[in-house]
Amino acid sequence: MGSEFVMFSLTPMLIGVLASVACALPGNFLILRRQALIGDAISHVVLPGIVVAFLLTGVVAAIPMLLGAAGAAVVAVVLIEAIKRLGRIEPGAAMGVTFTTLFAGGVLLLEQSDTSSVHLDVEHALMGNLESLVWLRATDWSSLIDPWALAGVPEELPRIAVVCAGVILLTLVFWRWLKISTFDEGFAQALGLPVGAIGMGLVITAAVAAVAAFDAVGSIIVIAMFICPPAAARMMTNGLERQVWWSVLFAVISAVLGYVLAGYGPLWLGGENAVSAAGMIATVSGIILALACAFGPHRARVGARAEV
Amino acid sequence: MTPLIEALLLQAGYNAALVAVGAALLGFAAGAAGTFLFLRKRALVSDAVAHATLPGVGLAFIAMVWLGGDGRNLLGLLTGSAVTAGIGLLAVEWMTRRTRLSEDAAIGAVLSVFFGLGIVILTVIQTMSSGRQAGLESFLLGSTAGMLFQDAIVIAVGGSLAVLATWVMRRPMTLVAFDAEYAAASGVNVPGIDRLMMALVMAVTVIGLKIVGLILIVAMLIIPPVTARFWTERSQSLIWYAGGIGGVSGYLGAAFSASAPDLPTGPIIVLVAALLFLLSLFLAPARGVAAAVFRHRRFQRKVHRRQGLLALARREPIHDELTLRVLRGEGLIRADGVATETGRAQAAKIARDERRWDVAREIHQDTGLAGRYDGLTPIEEVFAPDEIAEFDRRIGGPRAKREGP
Repeated sequence: MGSEFVMFSLTPMLIGVLASVACALPGNFLILRRQALIGDAISHVVLPGIVVAFLLTGVVAAIPMLLGAAGAAVVAVVLIEAIKRLGRIEPGAAMGVTFTTLFAGGVLLLEQSDTSSVHLDVEHALMGNLESLVWLRATDWSSLIDPWALAGVPEELPRIAVVCAGVILLTLVFWRWLKISTFDEGFAQALGLPVGAIGMGLVITAAVAAVAAFDAVGSIIVIAMFICPPAAARMMTNGLERQVWWSVLFAVISAVLGYVLAGYGPLWLGGENAVSAAGMIATVSGIILALACAFGPHRARVGARAEV
Repeated sequence: MTPLIEALLLQAGYNAALVAVGAALLGFAAGAAGTFLFLRKRALVSDAVAHATLPGVGLAFIAMVWLGGDGRNLLGLLTGSAVTAGIGLLAVEWMTRRTRLSEDAAIGAVLSVFFGLGIVILTVIQTMSSGRQAGLESFLLGSTAGMLFQDAIVIAVGGSLAVLATWVMRRPMTLVAFDAEYAAASGVNVPGIDRLMMALVMAVTVIGLKIVGLILIVAMLIIPPVTARFWTERSQSLIWYAGGIGGVSGYLGAAFSASAPDLPTGPIIVLVAALLFLLSLFLAPARGVAAAVFRHRRFQRKVHRRQGLLALARREPIHDELTLRVLRGEGLIRADGVATETGRAQAAKIARDERRWDVAREIHQDTGLAGRYDGLTPIEEVFAPDEIAEFDRRIGGPRAKREGP
């Protein structure tokens, strides 16, 4: 059991956990700023980004694709702003116009170009391939200190680990600025904080997290982790610090439980094959959110009347 | 080019013609139903609805196989998708009403979780019965290859019903979209109307699954109304404009995609709609960017002309490049900056207008008329001739000078 676990489950599970945490952290602030759907928009425009990167470089390599996806995310944010201002259109509709158009463009490019030889298709982009990120050189737990085995971990793992660490670091460094500008933008401006830059920085951080996570786990987890753990955490507490801790906890539980259920659940039920881990992780995060909505101690709006 | 013309004239084969007509109907229905969603500022709810159809498609397939059927009956799959889309919709509503989450968070949560669940069910189906290729992935991006006549009938009937319902309910829906509180106060069942709007969106989403797929159907609900908004200020005509734009996008997109290989129908339809949007954004008469730039330029010239002439009248030197260009262009000054005959006459006229306004604002300090002074409007457009004569009498001086010795 031990060696099999290390070989087939440890790395995907770790990648899932790191990706979930990297997305859930910025998600906390996006939810409080009512920009939750930015994650949705970004994860749609990542597709044209990586397709363009592939067409320009001709290889499926990590760095150009990450750059392409990040570039597409920035283009999308700029386009949304431009459409909002130039056309005087409400943000939601501007977002809808932008990301569906870019996504359609990505699909078209993908169909037009010869990508049959490489592993690049829409379904992969949506669902990821968490299950395939196995650590073949591992034999058992002792491999964790074996340099030869460690050199063979799937390359997604160090990448998402770096991004996750970066997101944690940024959150800690800019904690006060983020907190003040999220809750009281006017006050933040009065203090002389660069409110616009903070907002943009948050969106870019989210985009980077989304792109790195997307590479490993597909876009469903990205959207789900941006929203579900922070939203569930919001039901548990009124303090931002505690909310962030709760969201990290929920993200980790979703990733681990989702992965285990996807891998072993069908076996327990008498089936033979595992189901999609990415989909199961999203489902578990949804169940956590539903439970939090039903029983969370701070689930109701306080002092606000019900909206019509 | 010939294949494109053939496709546009529905001559590119039976299937292509079927798809083109179906896409046009779908586009019309989506544009019309999406209009109220857009006016209610809830455009992205459709995204949650669309993604929530996926588990329904999968579950319906499993159920039909268990009952011994083929599992690929379109009507059955669409019914299943409608059920989970409805559940997703209720979940969004419940979360927004009962918890402190805002609607966008609820939308994101529902769309990602339902979609994730859908993917899980799809993987279950893949392993469920080897050999039986379900092909349900085609609902993600739509697939028009091998569309059957009965599929087209489903789309046509469903689309017509959606348009009909939109038209019948247009008045209460307009009321709710523009002023929900007033609507509630005048006895309209606001949650009911909201639900009806969403039901229409759901219907369009479900019937669009086959052609456009669930990821891009959102575009058919959002882009046509947003585009139509550039061309009209009236909600009643907005429905038809949006429907028309959606229908044209659907038809053209389907024709384009039939005219060459490797042009997937759904994305092409969306890109055609996006192109129409882009054209409208820049070229629409009143709200377009070009019109706004043009208005701004005209206003700028008016201001510079007036200020330039005032400077001429006061014999002040003019340094501003644009002012000089405007005055030269109208032949009011010569190339060396000296006022021409017409220039002097115009300057005197503007100076008199300015003096009249000064008096007018002294006399009518508290009326709305004097408030219309903006330094540009000629006074003749605001006050009657006898009033202006009265101002001139008060000014007195210049006239005495002109009548002089």
